[in-house]
Amino acid sequence: MHELAVAQALVEQVEDVIRQHHAVSASLIRVRIGPLAGVVPELLGSAFPLAAAGSRMEHAVLDLVTAPIKVRCQTCGAETEAAMNRLVCGACGDWHTQVISGDELLLESVELETVPT
Amino acid sequence: MCDTCGCNLTPGNRHLAFKPVAKGATAVSVLKGLLQKNDDQAGHNREHFDRRGILAINLMSSPGSGKTALLEATLTALKDEFTCAVIEGDLETENDAERIRAKGVQAHQIVTGTACHLDAHLVHDALHHMNLDGVDILFIENVGNLVCPASFDLGQHLNVTLLSTTEGDDKPAKYPVMFRAADAMLITKTDLLAVLDDFEPAKAESHLRDLANPAPVMRLSARKDLGMDAWLAWLRNELAAQRARVALGQSRRPAIQPDGQTYHAATA
Ligand SMILES: Nc1nc2c(ncn2[C@@H]2O[C@H](COP(=O)(O)OP(=O)(O)OP(=O)(O)O)[C@@H](O)[C@H]2O)c(=O)[nH]1
Ligand SMILES: [Zn+2]
Ligand SMILES: [Zn+2]
Ligand SMILES: [Zn+2]
Ligand SMILES: [Zn+2]
Repeated sequence: MHELAVAQALVEQVEDVIRQHHAVSASLIRVRIGPLAGVVPELLGSAFPLAAAGSRMEHAVLDLVTAPIKVRCQTCGAETEAAMNRLVCGACGDWHTQVISGDELLLESVELETVPT
Repeated sequence: MCDTCGCNLTPGNRHLAFKPVAKGATAVSVLKGLLQKNDDQAGHNREHFDRRGILAINLMSSPGSGKTALLEATLTALKDEFTCAVIEGDLETENDAERIRAKGVQAHQIVTGTACHLDAHLVHDALHHMNLDGVDILFIENVGNLVCPASFDLGQHLNVTLLSTTEGDDKPAKYPVMFRAADAMLITKTDLLAVLDDFEPAKAESHLRDLANPAPVMRLSARKDLGMDAWLAWLRNELAAQRARVALGQSRRPAIQPDGQTYHAATA
């Protein structure tokens, strides 16, 4: 629903990176999304070209990496994978867990063209 | 941490940065939350609240779950005890704000138009239209939507998520992002439980626990004045906790769990 807003935030951040590194353009943008971040990768993927139109990343490849959902159990200490609506410990079944992966929404890396092509 | 260029370089990930990938190209590691700008603004909003000792609460739910009705009943119950103020997020109208003003309480309506959630910038604009002097509790009624509001920190201290008995007790399982973010879950319109045979409050609570969320669950009816005491006691308690934090120069972020973001940034 708000993927266009997220795509616009992404374009702003990549624009900053291009400027800070005195690059010409971005050719690859890698974003790490956890299922619990509340952003649908497909929607972000289709919103990105709209947000990037006319910018120095309009020809960039957007690489969306899905982060697995992992929880750490506060009772038994196990780290296990979990489903989006069942964040319980896979070892002992307790719900006193902490999400250690799967809720992130991160700009991970950018590949920059530093020489005009 | 590379302060000059803003990218989050640490000794652990430095080798990833500035790696030549091809002639005339470089790979740069950034590792930054995509909603960083919103989060920075939210932090600024929280400073506004903390400086004045205000407790800020974000109310979220589906459309029509009873957010405004709960506010009306709450403001009436607390009117001799605390000074409250309300920010209303609505798609089109001033209706909700007018219902609050009818209670003699300051209300500012953010007309979001087509937006489906409030963000920290919208709330900041609202704050500068309000008189926050002497306010004890600020309620922010978010746009009725179980999907996006949970992803945007507004600067509140607590998230309260409403689930009405007409919606189905499996909503926490269907909208995990929203219900994971709740610091308290309110099961509303409990006066209707008698005529609904398919809503079990205990099931709703167990779906919430499956999200590893320890938040208190309260059952109430704002219209029929049932179960309001536990909710009002929770508010008094949280206001006292906020004042104790402010006295120590501390603050609190809602259960949106930004710890995860920090953790990934540090270890990625
Ligand atoms: N039976 C019953 N109805 C309620 C209760 N609380 C609210 N309602 C009704 O539910 C409807 C929606 O209530 P609102 O308070 O406007 O809901 P809201 O969440 O503010 O709605 P939006 O702002 O549109 O998202 C109204 O018709 C209310 O009268 C309750 O405790 N019991
Ligand atoms: Zn365990
Ligand atoms: Zn309302
Ligand atoms: Zn939205
Ligand atoms: Zn300000």
